[in-house]
Amino acid sequence: MTNYLVQATGLQKHFGNTRAVEGVSLNVKEGEIYGLVGSDGAGKTTTIRLLVGALLPDAGEVEICGYNILKQTEQARSTIGYLSQRFSMYEELTVLENIRFFAEVRGLSSTEWLPRSMEILEFVGLDKFKDRPAGQLSGGMRQKLGLASALVTRPRLLLLDEPTTGVDPVTRQDFWQLVIKLVAQPALNSSPATHNSQPEGVSVIISTPYMDEASRCHRVGFMKSGRIIAEDTPTNLRSRLNGRILELRGSPLDILRHIAHQNEYVEDVQAFGDRLHIRVQEGRAKDVLGRLKSDIESVGGHVDELRSAPPVLEDVFIALSDHEYASAPHPLKT
Amino acid sequence: MSLPVIYVENLTRRFGDFVAVDHINFEVNEGEVVGYLGPNGSGKTTTIRMLLGLLAPSEGEATVLGYDVHRQSEEVRARVGYMSQKFAIYDDLTTLENLTFYGGVYGITDKTRITQTLELVGLTGHEHTLTKDLSTGWRQRLSLAIALVHQPKLLFLDEPTSGVDPTARRAFWDLIYELAEGGVTVFVTTHYMDEAEYCERVGVMRDGKLLAMDTPTNLKRSVITGDVWEVFAHPLEQGLEILHEMDGVERVGLAGDHLRVISQKVKKEALQSLLSRKKVQVEKIEKGEPTLEDVFLALAR
Repeated sequence: MTNYLVQATGLQKHFGNTRAVEGVSLNVKEGEIYGLVGSDGAGKTTTIRLLVGALLPDAGEVEICGYNILKQTEQARSTIGYLSQRFSMYEELTVLENIRFFAEVRGLSSTEWLPRSMEILEFVGLDKFKDRPAGQLSGGMRQKLGLASALVTRPRLLLLDEPTTGVDPVTRQDFWQLVIKLVAQPALNSSPATHNSQPEGVSVIISTPYMDEASRCHRVGFMKSGRIIAEDTPTNLRSRLNGRILELRGSPLDILRHIAHQNEYVEDVQAFGDRLHIRVQEGRAKDVLGRLKSDIESVGGHVDELRSAPPVLEDVFIALSDHEYASAPHPLKT
Repeated sequence: MSLPVIYVENLTRRFGDFVAVDHINFEVNEGEVVGYLGPNGSGKTTTIRMLLGLLAPSEGEATVLGYDVHRQSEEVRARVGYMSQKFAIYDDLTTLENLTFYGGVYGITDKTRITQTLELVGLTGHEHTLTKDLSTGWRQRLSLAIALVHQPKLLFLDEPTSGVDPTARRAFWDLIYELAEGGVTVFVTTHYMDEAEYCERVGVMRDGKLLAMDTPTNLKRSVITGDVWEVFAHPLEQGLEILHEMDGVERVGLAGDHLRVISQKVKKEALQSLLSRKKVQVEKIEKGEPTLEDVFLALAR
């Protein structure tokens, strides 16, 4: 039997005329990293706030670890760790004092908090810096302290709202390695006090506008205008476009783009700096591969490489958006 | 052949003992879209500040559009546009009012120029919309309009599309490519791979040094000379430890539901057999493609 840590159905939240969340249903399994992926204003943060009970929904229900977030708020919240976009810490307090603060606020007893804090600081790699004032931490270390604070109470569900915004790629990589390890080794999170021999699994919901982050999640929900427009594993999402993406490199780019657009089987041409991604109709890759090079050369263009390429999530998101919104994106907030 | 739009030779900036920018060399030609990728503190902003003539180099030299950035900084600033994430747009002004205000700062009072610039970024019809009612993607377009109103030959963009989804990002970049086709040179600083992928050439900065500058395709080929393998196995954690110790594996990392392995020598069969021998269940191993992130992580080591 599948154990769902999050079961949300028909969530809706409007702010005045803004339909921030418009019918979101979401199930997240134990041990799963779920990515809410979309732009600023797509409804990601509102969804997360509804899940933790920080906002009342206009409609819909949320169960976290079997507890109704509105009726059994205390029990539900005791299972949640939440790292918000603007995580605040006490700059004058040391790393350990910051963790202690969060642990005590969340009701950890005086005998519990120290061993747990040390365990979690070791996990995120901050144990050597426990006596350093938080104000003197680098950006990446602050991020890890935020994660440690969210984890100190052994939550079963970890909600991360754009945790790596403004962080460089090396630090992001480190951060993600921690998140993936957390769900891969639930023993880390199980309390020595529980008598279960089977450690309890952890789930993570993470929001991000970036596709490179989305590709690291087990399952992804693409959000647009308050709705989830597609939901699947990154592999399955990409496979929707298998065989339909061609990569073209050559010069000059404007001729390549122009000629590619003219081909009747080409649905979309996207420029990516030094190359084009061409989306072709189902089953038409061969036709395009066979003709495009000579078409380009006949008007004086030059082709360095034309090949079938594995689709990336960016291709999928754009293809989905084409279907959902045939017209140009609307400039106003939706 | 025309002169490079940006020419940088041995450019260096020290703050006390700290070398923020360390003898960097590069050229950017007319109509190019070049990315400048690096973590915070790697020297990106210091470079830009020197190129804008806001900060004197400690050593080396740079010219922008043929002008010495230090001695002729006013000439430089009159001809370049700068769009920053932290740029102030007045929320309670309309798009037209914002653009008129900033046009005035550059001495542009011609109303036609203002309307043409709004048209260029696709904001025609929204002249009287309050800026606070615009979505992120469209605010970024307004920022771009402000950077473009004095018709610069060179545009500096600082993380121009952070926080937007691929559709909005793509619409923005289509606009940038149009400008580049019209001869505008574009220099983009970012630490997002999603953005760097859109540049024709990408420079990678780390600790003040320019580690490489080339097309994304060439960077992937020259830096990631080995194969990329996507290994789906259980338990993942154990697989990670085993492959981490494996001879010939250059890098292995967790990538959600699989491991990402980079190696010159090790092939699929060797990965498969070692994992199986150590009792890790292998579901499948697929060949992956190198990404700019792989390039960055490899260079940053």
